[in-house]
Amino acid sequence: MTATATGARNTRVVLVDDHALFRAGVRSELDGLVDVVGDAATVAEAVALIRAQAPDVVLLDVHMPDGGGLEVLRQIGADVPATQFLALSVSDAAEDVIAVVRAGARGYVTKTISGADLADAVRRVHEGDAVFSPRLAGFVLDAFAGAPAVPAAAAADEADLDQLTPREREVLQHIARGYMYKEIAQRLGISAKTVEAHVSAVLRKLQLSSRHELSRWAAARRMLE
Amino acid sequence: MAATPTGRAAAMRDLRRDPENGMVAGVCEGLGRRLDIDPLLLRIVFGATTLASGLGLVAYVLAWMLVPAEGEHDAAPVSADALRTRRNRRAALEVALGVGCLVVALLLTFREVGLPFSDALTWPLVLVAAGGALIWRQSVGRPGAARGDLREPGVRAGALPVGAAAGSAPRSSAAPLLLDDTDAESRPAIISRIGIGVTLVVAAAIVFLQFTGALAAATDVALAAIVVAIALVVIFAPFFFRLATSLSLERAERIRSQERAEVAAHLHDSVLQTLALVQKRADDPREVAALARRQERELRTWLSGAPDHPAGERWLAAALQAAAQEVEEAHGVAIDVVAVGDAPLDRDGEALVAAAREAMLNAAKFAGDAGAVAVYAEAGEERLEVFVRDRGPGFDPAAVPGDRRGVRESILRRMERHGGRAASHAAPGGGGTEVELVLERGGESS
Repeated sequence: MTATATGARNTRVVLVDDHALFRAGVRSELDGLVDVVGDAATVAEAVALIRAQAPDVVLLDVHMPDGGGLEVLRQIGADVPATQFLALSVSDAAEDVIAVVRAGARGYVTKTISGADLADAVRRVHEGDAVFSPRLAGFVLDAFAGAPAVPAAAAADEADLDQLTPREREVLQHIARGYMYKEIAQRLGISAKTVEAHVSAVLRKLQLSSRHELSRWAAARRMLE
Repeated sequence: MAATPTGRAAAMRDLRRDPENGMVAGVCEGLGRRLDIDPLLLRIVFGATTLASGLGLVAYVLAWMLVPAEGEHDAAPVSADALRTRRNRRAALEVALGVGCLVVALLLTFREVGLPFSDALTWPLVLVAAGGALIWRQSVGRPGAARGDLREPGVRAGALPVGAAAGSAPRSSAAPLLLDDTDAESRPAIISRIGIGVTLVVAAAIVFLQFTGALAAATDVALAAIVVAIALVVIFAPFFFRLATSLSLERAERIRSQERAEVAAHLHDSVLQTLALVQKRADDPREVAALARRQERELRTWLSGAPDHPAGERWLAAALQAAAQEVEEAHGVAIDVVAVGDAPLDRDGEALVAAAREAMLNAAKFAGDAGAVAVYAEAGEERLEVFVRDRGPGFDPAAVPGDRRGVRESILRRMERHGGRAASHAAPGGGGTEVELVLERGGESS
């Protein structure tokens, strides 16, 4: 893999997917944009490879034999704290997507994403931001729907996790409408960093919230395994 | 004792036993006071009828159980709770005994008149009536309770021939509690009550058979039947067991193969068909992409299982998906639909979908080359919103071609006609155009 023009080290990526054809396709699309340091076809292979390589970002398939991406996330746990996970799946079922994001993935993109967009998503995840596809944004809005937009005066921190602020809702709605982060920033008159902060806050809420719908999705997923 | 049931019921409204002054349970003492007769006279009557036919004893015991003792209900500090449980426990018994009393009275009347009824008929009838009352009350009483039929317990008590004391103040206040309690009545209580009823009826049958001398013969027949039945069970049980097992296995296998056939049929109709088309059109990438997208959408819908909407009703998300698919097929442009929430469509909603379809068409025609069109719909409490966004180069409103402006006006006007609004704006950074359709809900529709 060639170094970038600026000389900065390319993002090191491990690719986990049980379809060899798909791995090859992603590899060729990402060629030159990121540094794919390895790929794995099974949960066991993936866990060993990630522990050995400690890559910057893992592109993780949600649907695989033996538990899929969720199982990889669980087995890795906190072993490689510097590694970020980005779910990459053909599935757009809410329970799959929400479950893997709640298990620790920093974002979710569908497999139809273009190579350039995927490389951009990888870079963003590596920098610590969250990546929401329009569909994931839709799921999250759906899951948090019905919560009061303005927290009650007596609401504690825990209750705050169960609802989105009006600004977060607005940002998510724009993602769902197909806006890029910088377009959202321009439209809402805030900086791109602020947009990213909002998205990260939503991700944190998604992972920590005790909202009933989210728990139900996660529970249903665990029962299927 | 030959008083008519209604008369007796009326009399019993104020009838109290007087255990303090009475000889045994105060029945005669209380009755005497009520009827203004010397209790001694009544004691003689009870004693005589007991010696003559045993009926005096029965009547006395019945009265003991049914007539409340002095102060039992009038005592103020009886809590509603205690009253409720006691009453509830006694209710079934009261009905059964009451019906039994009626029958006894009837039979005694017949006997007095001179109609020939032997004991062989009398006692079984009494038992059957009491047992039947228990069972019937159980099966007839429950649906009323289940319907939440708020019958005052006093009314229920009034229907009893024994008129088990008038509904006093504490009882009426306990009415809802009582009903709750009846609703949540424990299964064991119901079963034991039915069990008692069945036992009474069976006992009646046995007594009848015993009296008529048919019991001996019946015992032989029953014994033979039981022995044969046991033998049959021993012989056929393994066979039936195997049969049941293999039947359920067969059924599971049939369901599995049906499912497999359904999946296979679906794949043939859709995926294989599309793959064949893709191979034929391999030289036309746009067509291939459109085919693949259509198939993908169709397969996803099938996999997720279409939501169950009542027949003939259209919902926002599904209607938008259908519109997107149409436009996609007509123009070979990918349209991603994300919907949050859902709502059934009224006439205004249909107009919203039609306007959204126009907007998609517009985007596909004039900005289709620039990438996917994003459609976002949100069904909230107050309004339905649809955003259609393309990534076209943007445009100068003055330089808009006539037909495009016409379409835009049709979108705008259509929304206005149905109490909504439409707006379009250029996305920042030259990133295409977004059409915004808003329909307030709950105007005249709610």
